[in-house]
Amino acid sequence: MTSGELSLPDLVEFYARRIEAEPSLNAFLDVYAEEAIDRARQVQEKWRSGEAAPLAGAVLAIKDNIAIQGKKLTCASRILADFVSPYNATVIERLLAADAIILGKTNMDEFAMGSSNENSAVAPVHHPHDPERVPGGSSGGSAVAVAADLCTAALGSDTGGSIRQPAAFCGVVGLKPTYGRVSRFGLVAFASSLDQIGPFGRNVEDVARLLNVISGHDPMDSTSAPDPVPDFTQNLHTPPESLTIGLPVEYLSDEVQPEIVQAIETAKSLFADAGYSVREVHLPMTEYCIAAYYIICTAEASSNLARYDGARYGYRAAGAQDLEEMYRRTRSEGFGKEVKRRIMLGTYVLSAGYYDAYYRRALKVRTLIRRDFNQVFEACDVLLTPTTPTTAFRMGEKVQDPVSMYLSDIFTVSANLAGIPAISVPAGTDAQGLPIGVQLLGRPFDEATLLRTAAFLESHLK
Amino acid sequence: MEYEAIIGLEVHCQLSTQSKIFCGCKTDFGAQQNTQVCPVCLGMPGVLPVLNRRAVEFAIRMGLATHCRIAEHSIFARKNYFYPDLPKGYQISQYEEPLCEDGYLEIELESGEKKRIHIIRIHLEEDAGKSVHAEDYVSENETLIDLNRCGVPLIEIVSGPDIRSPREAYHYLVRIRQLVRYLEICDGNMEQGSLRCDANISVRPKGQDAFGVKTELKNMNSFRNVERALEYEIQRQIAMLERGEPIQQETLLWDAARNRVVPMRSKEYAHDYRYFPEPDLVPLMISSEWRQAIAAQLPELPVARRERFVRDYRLPEYDAAVLTEEKPVADYFEAVVKAGADAKQASNWVMGDVLRVLKEEKIEISAFPVKPEALAEMIQLITDGTISSKLAKTVFEEMRKTQKSAKQIVEEKGLVQITDTGAIERVVDEVLAANPKEVERYRQGEEKLIGFFVGQVMRATRGKANPQMVNQLLRQKLSRQDG
Ligand SMILES: [Zn+2]
Repeated sequence: MTSGELSLPDLVEFYARRIEAEPSLNAFLDVYAEEAIDRARQVQEKWRSGEAAPLAGAVLAIKDNIAIQGKKLTCASRILADFVSPYNATVIERLLAADAIILGKTNMDEFAMGSSNENSAVAPVHHPHDPERVPGGSSGGSAVAVAADLCTAALGSDTGGSIRQPAAFCGVVGLKPTYGRVSRFGLVAFASSLDQIGPFGRNVEDVARLLNVISGHDPMDSTSAPDPVPDFTQNLHTPPESLTIGLPVEYLSDEVQPEIVQAIETAKSLFADAGYSVREVHLPMTEYCIAAYYIICTAEASSNLARYDGARYGYRAAGAQDLEEMYRRTRSEGFGKEVKRRIMLGTYVLSAGYYDAYYRRALKVRTLIRRDFNQVFEACDVLLTPTTPTTAFRMGEKVQDPVSMYLSDIFTVSANLAGIPAISVPAGTDAQGLPIGVQLLGRPFDEATLLRTAAFLESHLK
Repeated sequence: MEYEAIIGLEVHCQLSTQSKIFCGCKTDFGAQQNTQVCPVCLGMPGVLPVLNRRAVEFAIRMGLATHCRIAEHSIFARKNYFYPDLPKGYQISQYEEPLCEDGYLEIELESGEKKRIHIIRIHLEEDAGKSVHAEDYVSENETLIDLNRCGVPLIEIVSGPDIRSPREAYHYLVRIRQLVRYLEICDGNMEQGSLRCDANISVRPKGQDAFGVKTELKNMNSFRNVERALEYEIQRQIAMLERGEPIQQETLLWDAARNRVVPMRSKEYAHDYRYFPEPDLVPLMISSEWRQAIAAQLPELPVARRERFVRDYRLPEYDAAVLTEEKPVADYFEAVVKAGADAKQASNWVMGDVLRVLKEEKIEISAFPVKPEALAEMIQLITDGTISSKLAKTVFEEMRKTQKSAKQIVEEKGLVQITDTGAIERVVDEVLAANPKEVERYRQGEEKLIGFFVGQVMRATRGKANPQMVNQLLRQKLSRQDG
């Protein structure tokens, strides 16, 4: 992330000009070019005097569901179109303290609900290599910003694959840390028990450096873990001496695009050639993951999004005659279709008479999914799976069919349900030149091993 | 037909912590609207709750004081409903797995009979804000919202359906209030809303086991209103049953001004709160060490203190009950005794003049100008005969006004009692000589005239003569001349 030749203000200006030159990507919702250049000058000064903090030189894009004080926080929704955050998310505080430069906010599926970025209320984000295709979602703007060289690295959020799936589609590295590794304070909640902020980078090292800074306990987030944070860049490029790689057989069905199966085979042989043990493993609860995921995430979302009611901030429908009309019209006009679909689904699964059949059962399934992973991780250090069943699909292809859209998360949701860390690493391209991603899953709080394994793969796949 | 009422109460107590339950905002009552707020209690996008440990401690105190089981593991839940004074669209509360369960509170009825009321659960939750419909500055369909109260910690104490009359409900509430004040976790002020009470109420023919259909009664914001509202509702339900009308399960609001209940519009309360575990908070774990530390710091509770007052100070039951009603009063009394006053005398003074003054002046005992040591000194002057009880009243009033010590007042005003036999005898002789008719009547058997003679002597000595000595001398002299 350091640049010897280019001055930091020049680099920021370069990115700002690139963003202007690529308006059709719709990757950014807000760009703070001048502010970022000013800050770049200050960081450059610190750099010169040898006082710069670890992220000096990094010019970052932030998904627009993370709060920056004094900046718009829209979640790509009409309901928050004019909302300005009165406070900083903990990750923002940490990035600023580490001398990172924040260039702007990135586009996303509204409230992080979607897998294609077509659910942005502003405009869909386009795939950097093929404008007819989706970049993935919901952190599509951040993935594209990194892939299209519009910033150094980016932050996204991952509830069911929202970092890893767009990373795979766009050919960049994306990490979902262990649940509790990174503070969620200031991340607009979609599904609180699944959401996690994570980094995007052009390489594993950039991701590790960002993770170093954003990780660690936060007194403002009771669910953030007290676990110590190691230096993830240390020994990053020294492959682990021994490693057992598990291949969950449930993740390699006929539905998976052949080139992606091939990429897994390639990764498998690389591991084997390096002397690592590679074995097939079973995660029998896999087939229930999507159902459990959509019950839990919609239930939590229906409650998390109740606060957008027009009473205190955000969009309010004009001219309502009474309270109920204000609520109804504000929320009907303010939320997009997919958000409303999920709120209704979540309200339903939590309602009296259905709670036990859906929500309580989904929690039980979740416990069993965790148990599956615990068992597998007794023997394996890291699991290898495809990140997605296909490469980037066409715009409009799945938007009318929510279930097929939901199934594009089939390999990513389990990490959120189990709370484990997972990373998507680029692994070549398919026949049409579209990037392929492979996913590595690790033990809770063992991002260090996960990142070293990813770095090994990255260096051998190049 | 004879009916009986089945009443269960849900009491909410605002905990008197310095800060709110999930953020650092202050909890002062009566502050300028919307000044004690922050992004967390305003429910801004992206914020998270952090549990106030002190609120948990307060709730555990109440749980221990009501013999509840304190859960080692309890969880928070979201209660979802839309209302403008609820910024997140849900209230963080406890539903499954509350903090305290299965205790009881003993109440005492007028008959002296004691009754245990089952406490089903005590759980922690956050308060909502306040909607203000002030017609003078808001147009008709607008509402102003004050969120200062939003996020103030509450405990909800849920009783079993064990209460059988409005009077029992009153006694139960009085006990709850006494307890939270003893525990110093809530000021118990119903008028200001720091103690709130909702009731579930049904009636059934006496002897029937099955419960009738219940209604929920809200908005009873004084002890008296709780009694009146319950009385009204019982009569309303009985009248309906007598007429053969079915009772609707519904929520009713007490309209104190019109002395009746009105149904709450169904839009104002949700039928389905869609409770589910709060994912933003980890389970609340209470170690046995923490629980024991809280138990060790509990103050002596009213019942135990009352029994001790009877046992250690040999006070009548009645005195002990009055003195222990409020912890600060009991503390005051004990301080008076500790400073050397006779216990029964101290009890008489505290129950009598001290409490009277507090009531008249509407002040707390902490603001009472006569400190326990000063009162003890005055009582000692009575006990050692320096002043009479009658004079003491004057001294007490003077102490209140000037905050001078009893001794100083007695000296300055020359109020020292005359105990010199010779001096008193002279006055007695004068009085008897001046009233020969009355002496004659007394000697003929009209003995109640003794009061007249005492009065004359006291008047002549301006109240300073020792009344016992006056009495004794008068009787001696009146009977001696008779023989
Ligand atoms: Zn606050």
